[in-house]
Amino acid sequence: MESKRKKTKIIKDIKVDTKKCVGCRACEIACSAFHATPKYSSLNPARSRIMVVMDETRDIFVPIRAGEYTQAECNGRNRYVIDGKEYDECTFCPASCPSRGAFREPDSGLPLKCDMCENDPPVEVPMCVDACTFDALIYEEREEEVEEVKEKREDDMELAFKSLVKKHGLKKVKDTFARLSKG
Amino acid sequence: MRYAETGFQLEVDLSKGSIDIVETDQRETESLLGGIGINAKLLYDRVPPETDPWSPDNLLIFGNGLLNGTCVPGANRVSVDTIAPVNGLMGHSLMGGFFGPEMKLAGYDRIVIRGEAPDLVYLAIHNDKVEIRDAKHLRGRGMVDTQRLIKEELNDKGVWVAAIGPAGENKVIMASIDCGNSSAARTVGPVMGAKKLKAIAVRGTRDVYLAHPAEAWEMCSRLRKELDANPNVGDWMAVDEDDSFHHNNFSWGNARTRQKNYWSEGLEERWRNLKHDHMDRWTGCWNCPKSCHNLMQWPNRRKFSYKCYGKDTYHMAAFQELDFTYEILPIAMDLGFDSYSTPQVIAFALELLEAGILTEKDFPGMPSDVRQRFYYLLQKIAFRDGIGDVLAHGVSGAAAIIGNGAEEFDHNTVKKFEQLPVKLGKLNPAYFLMIATCEDMAITQIEGSFPQDPIKDPKLREEFIKNWISVPDKKFHEWFRQWEKRDQLPDQAMIEISDWNECMHYLDDSLGLCGFVSSFRGQFGGTTGYHVWNMPQIITHTLGIEFDKDKLWEVFQRNRTLVRALNNRLGLRRFMERPPEDHWAVRDEEYEQQLLTKYYDFKGWTFDGIPTKETLEKLDLGYVAEDLIKRDILTGDEVTALKDDKAKKEKE
Ligand code: SF4
Ligand code: SF4
Repeated sequence: MESKRKKTKIIKDIKVDTKKCVGCRACEIACSAFHATPKYSSLNPARSRIMVVMDETRDIFVPIRAGEYTQAECNGRNRYVIDGKEYDECTFCPASCPSRGAFREPDSGLPLKCDMCENDPPVEVPMCVDACTFDALIYEEREEEVEEVKEKREDDMELAFKSLVKKHGLKKVKDTFARLSKG
Repeated sequence: MRYAETGFQLEVDLSKGSIDIVETDQRETESLLGGIGINAKLLYDRVPPETDPWSPDNLLIFGNGLLNGTCVPGANRVSVDTIAPVNGLMGHSLMGGFFGPEMKLAGYDRIVIRGEAPDLVYLAIHNDKVEIRDAKHLRGRGMVDTQRLIKEELNDKGVWVAAIGPAGENKVIMASIDCGNSSAARTVGPVMGAKKLKAIAVRGTRDVYLAHPAEAWEMCSRLRKELDANPNVGDWMAVDEDDSFHHNNFSWGNARTRQKNYWSEGLEERWRNLKHDHMDRWTGCWNCPKSCHNLMQWPNRRKFSYKCYGKDTYHMAAFQELDFTYEILPIAMDLGFDSYSTPQVIAFALELLEAGILTEKDFPGMPSDVRQRFYYLLQKIAFRDGIGDVLAHGVSGAAAIIGNGAEEFDHNTVKKFEQLPVKLGKLNPAYFLMIATCEDMAITQIEGSFPQDPIKDPKLREEFIKNWISVPDKKFHEWFRQWEKRDQLPDQAMIEISDWNECMHYLDDSLGLCGFVSSFRGQFGGTTGYHVWNMPQIITHTLGIEFDKDKLWEVFQRNRTLVRALNNRLGLRRFMERPPEDHWAVRDEEYEQQLLTKYYDFKGWTFDGIPTKETLEKLDLGYVAEDLIKRDILTGDEVTALKDDKAKKEKE
């Protein structure tokens, strides 16, 4: 067994300033186009890993990035009151969860997650940040000490695949892989 | 596979209850692009001229501009077109925001509505699931509630709902169709009401494809940044609080009184505070780096947003201050009124009362305070109660019904449509041509590429010309150089300026581009975002069909000529092409008519303003020529205007 060592890692983050968001959805468009195969060949906000929760009648404009998939609905039903505005229980939640349609591939239902636009060569800033001309999304990098983690191994992949099949059924997973590898 | 467009249109017949998803012909896209172009063709092909605009046989079409829903920044305008009940001609209105792109994402370039539902319904679209649903419970509901209730009913916050309010349900001529912060305000709302269609709800989760992904994306990212950095695009009224332009130059009341020295620094400061104390934020449209809508919260009102000159119309019509607009707009918009024509209709009614043509008896229970009178009349008109039933016809229609000299007070309409309240001194030839011949019923839908005024300082002028890349031909540089007085340029220049201005609007309306980043924004500063030099490339990379400037210009001519022929078939003739008689104080009928003849000639139209057979055939509109000949509107032997004997007589 390897001994755990400390190592500095770059933590990437996107700071959201909801006051500056105008609801143009350029971030959603950019994200979905970047993750299309081949790159930029299509766009579709429903495939975006960032989603702008918008309700003009209550002055709510909140871009949220997709986080981890959760298998079960949470039981917390929080209501947030910020600057006198009341936000729905799910407004700030980044999870792809069974209680709502957000952050799922529209045809397969598979969960979507923000990957900070991992790319080779790396992009300067994530695509949504690049697209947001209103400075509502600000990219930040900071160094943090973390415990070193082993690289993902093949059998981890297999494990992940199995768990996806368990969650979504073999057909959906196969369809999605087929669609993704088409490009 | 189709790029930029979906290749499908949704056809709904509300009488039959039928819903069809129809594949379209890509050759039509290549020749007409989309938006106003394809809509005009559908109206030409499917609505015979004898059709009563109120009847089920009229069409109401929501036609996406070709580039809507793609990565092209500022492309989100959907052309809402019909045969307009106000004057029996083609009614054309543009809706920005998010509705068009969402239609595209649902898989449709266009929604074509025919028929009339037996009772109030709404259309619910989620990709290829399309339903006609009962809307009786929404009868009489305002815009805000209607949109909210439908979203709740469909249990989907991502739905965009384009709706009519009570004004639309009651077929008021000034009714608009609204969706979120945007509206199709002119001439189309009452047709939606006649079809008993309360709303269309759209949700789409499909892909829109780009033909040349890397090139299209690179170009659009660059454009987004350019538009963002360009102070000459977007709406200056959203950020600049100096609005002396409208207040000092436009007429107040029923397009009646100019207050040349109205504006002052103190007023500006007071109004700036009034706005920012009640403003939540600016909001934008789909994929646009500008944010032109002001989202407001006024005491005891629901939130509302307004754009551009909508900030001025109510208080200027009522001789009030800005607070009046802020307090009445949320109510007027919720009732479903267009804020351009409605205030003029109310001011017109109040003038008639003052003149004794209408009397107190026509306004039972009306308060004496002018603000309260506006509220009173809004309600009367929206629900067609008493005098409201008459005023619901718009200024021209109401004047004809009231008679007794009321027609004299209808002094600011063209082709029965209320115009911007502009009353000036000396005739401006280019503006004469644009106002006279414009079929989009408003000068803002045609002006915009060539500056409104010359630059006198030679150094500044050269500087302007250097950056003025949007000109389609160097001759515009030359004309601009020699231009010293607003009304003085050779006729040919006036004609071609009008033509270029018009070209840009037609291209925008076919492509879905917002005028604020394109056709309307060349006139101030000269550095607009889109022009005939970059549009072809954008089309090539998104659509995947090669375009160049000449091919694009020809699409403009084709679409423009098609709209003209459609309107000719509906009765449009030369005698109707007159700006309001008092638009300028000094007029010269003879010169104006000669200029109009030259303009028609330049366009390849007859002396009566109808495209000749040759003109139509050159633009692949042979089928239109054939139809016009069959209907005795053309003989086929006509010559263009200047070659006509009548023009020769005109000269003598
Ligand atoms: S791009 Fe920026 S302003 Fe536009 S919706 Fe996204 S976060 Fe808001
Ligand atoms: S310029 Fe303004 S109105 Fe036009 S699309 Fe952009 S935000 Fe909307």
